[in-house]
Amino acid sequence: MAPPRTFFDKLWDSHRILSRDDGSALLWVDRHFVHEGSHHAFANLADRGLAVAHPELTFGVADHYVPTRPGAVPADNVARMIRTLGENAARHGITLFGQGNPRQGIVHVAGPELGLTLPGLLVVCGDSHTATHGALGAYAFGIGATEVAHVLATQAIWQKKPRQMRLVVDGALMPGIGAKDVALNWIARLGADGARGHAIEYDGTAIRALSVEGRLTLCNLSIEGGARSGMITPDETTLTWLKGRPYAPAGADWDRAAEAFLAFAGDVGAGFDREVRLCADEIAPIVTWGTSPEEALPITATLPDPAREPDEAKARRIAASLDYMGLAPGRSIEGTPIDQIFIGSCTNARIEDLRSAAAVLAGRRAKVPGLISPGSAQVKVQAEQEGLDRIFIDAGLDWVGPGCSMCVGMNGDLVAPGKRCASTTNRNFRGRQGKGARTHLVSPAMAAAAAITGTLTDVRKLLEGRT
Amino acid sequence: MAGWTRHEGLAVPLPLENIDTDQLIPARFMSTPRTQGYGSFLLYDLRRDGDGQPGPDFPLNRPDAGGASILLAGRNFGAGSSREAAVYALVDAGFRVVIAPSFGDIFASNAVNNGLLPAQLPAERIAPLLDGGPVRLVVDLAAGTIVGGGVSERFSLDPVWTQKLINGWDDIDLTRSHTDAIEAFANARRAGAPWVWPAAGGGGMP
Repeated sequence: MAPPRTFFDKLWDSHRILSRDDGSALLWVDRHFVHEGSHHAFANLADRGLAVAHPELTFGVADHYVPTRPGAVPADNVARMIRTLGENAARHGITLFGQGNPRQGIVHVAGPELGLTLPGLLVVCGDSHTATHGALGAYAFGIGATEVAHVLATQAIWQKKPRQMRLVVDGALMPGIGAKDVALNWIARLGADGARGHAIEYDGTAIRALSVEGRLTLCNLSIEGGARSGMITPDETTLTWLKGRPYAPAGADWDRAAEAFLAFAGDVGAGFDREVRLCADEIAPIVTWGTSPEEALPITATLPDPAREPDEAKARRIAASLDYMGLAPGRSIEGTPIDQIFIGSCTNARIEDLRSAAAVLAGRRAKVPGLISPGSAQVKVQAEQEGLDRIFIDAGLDWVGPGCSMCVGMNGDLVAPGKRCASTTNRNFRGRQGKGARTHLVSPAMAAAAAITGTLTDVRKLLEGRT
Repeated sequence: MAGWTRHEGLAVPLPLENIDTDQLIPARFMSTPRTQGYGSFLLYDLRRDGDGQPGPDFPLNRPDAGGASILLAGRNFGAGSSREAAVYALVDAGFRVVIAPSFGDIFASNAVNNGLLPAQLPAERIAPLLDGGPVRLVVDLAAGTIVGGGVSERFSLDPVWTQKLINGWDDIDLTRSHTDAIEAFANARRAGAPWVWPAAGGGGMP
């Protein structure tokens, strides 16, 4: 009898074209997403005079550089990036969801939302947050430009099978706590390289209870803990969410596909290289205080003090992070004054994220400015149908168009030097949101709470009587 | 990409952890065509003071670090983005080797695809080199060794990557020799999982 296989084993096996003696395998790619940043790869292809092998499986999305403010005139280099993507897509016959297209959005929001991402697919994109698509049960990972060129030319990719880690979260999350808090919790515990070399499978009652939006947030942040991919076995929640989406199979095809999707579940007794367990009931709202996602603590905690850290290297690192962030050791994190908030990005710009922020902001005024950028044109339409835009605008916040926006600052949406931003994004790296910018990663509900008080705040206090 | 087996050069220590891709190359430089060279963007903001001038104390700016081709760093080097531009910046600035206790996974594969060796050495083994000044090292890919500055160490690297660096393999050429196998696989895939090929234009519009 064949040995029991994990969900990941099954996806790996079902995409292996051939194996080399050295242990690497050539894997078939079902779905390849490209964006403005893929220009290096298209240039590589042009230098070799090669065509895209399977343009019908390749989809382009303008997201990293698109302006989000109405009527904004992009800088020349920004406009060129968007134009080049359009030219490359047209040249190679690739479907493009470009600027102004009603299906445009951040690639990791739009792909799942359009039903382009399906369970059992191998999905790649030249973006490290591609693990997001694993929420629907796809094996999805980010690749570099050389690999993008390789996939364009061959529709395949060489990989060595990663080790496997099972991350189990059992229990029930408290009100006001979401997938973002779960993710930052495990990253703080294991470190920003804690899951390096592993494919993560998320499981447990708290994971099963998450909506698909929550699962997308959780899988999105896998890379911030070092894992190139993170995935969740497809279940009824997955199928209900996917059915009827534009590119998802329909009719009898759907029934056949749905049966196949559920059959990917790992076998009983299949082993993992590593298992980590978290208790959902113990997870508080998390906020990062430093310049790596691992530098995260519950909002109720105090800032670390390098003087109390026995490990000299660690003490130096803490001191450097606090210095960059302009924070004093030992102080409460809660109450730290902020200059602005940002709600957006492939991590937290889906409809549920906007709803959770609106639940906190409804009927309240923000004390600091803020930008809210929905993850896609469709999310924008839906939010406006639900009246969420009015809540944001009435609170004094800017409601703009979809794109990567202030998460990466490529389109000109930047945090000014020295300014402190409570942000629903994925990276608090030095200079990520702009040169000298100070980023605190939080959930959408926590960003909303920070906007109202003008300080880092435990959102649970603002939810009293509301949930 | 040309293969290589042995490199001798000046190693400069950068005793920082989590040097992420946003620090290796800030996003604002990434719309630049590669033909213009990315070397001047390397660690752009980290190397400069508040007034935009190169910080004289930053290890890479010191006169004795001129011409360095080996970088020594703390754990989780290259964490973050998949931007291969982070590797272009290192390569275009003349670096052939980065030695660190751990690397971001995507950075490491991007490095190998550009002939840059991501040599892994445990933190306690790298510490003596990180604490000192620039030093000449000899890196032997085939033997997997780093020698110089009073140390002689074996580094870790996936054997697949060792072969790739030594041979200077180009994956696209290699894979295109398997085109028949790929297309046979594609046909079987289409028969078994037809939904992988979505209907052109998508069915409906939620």
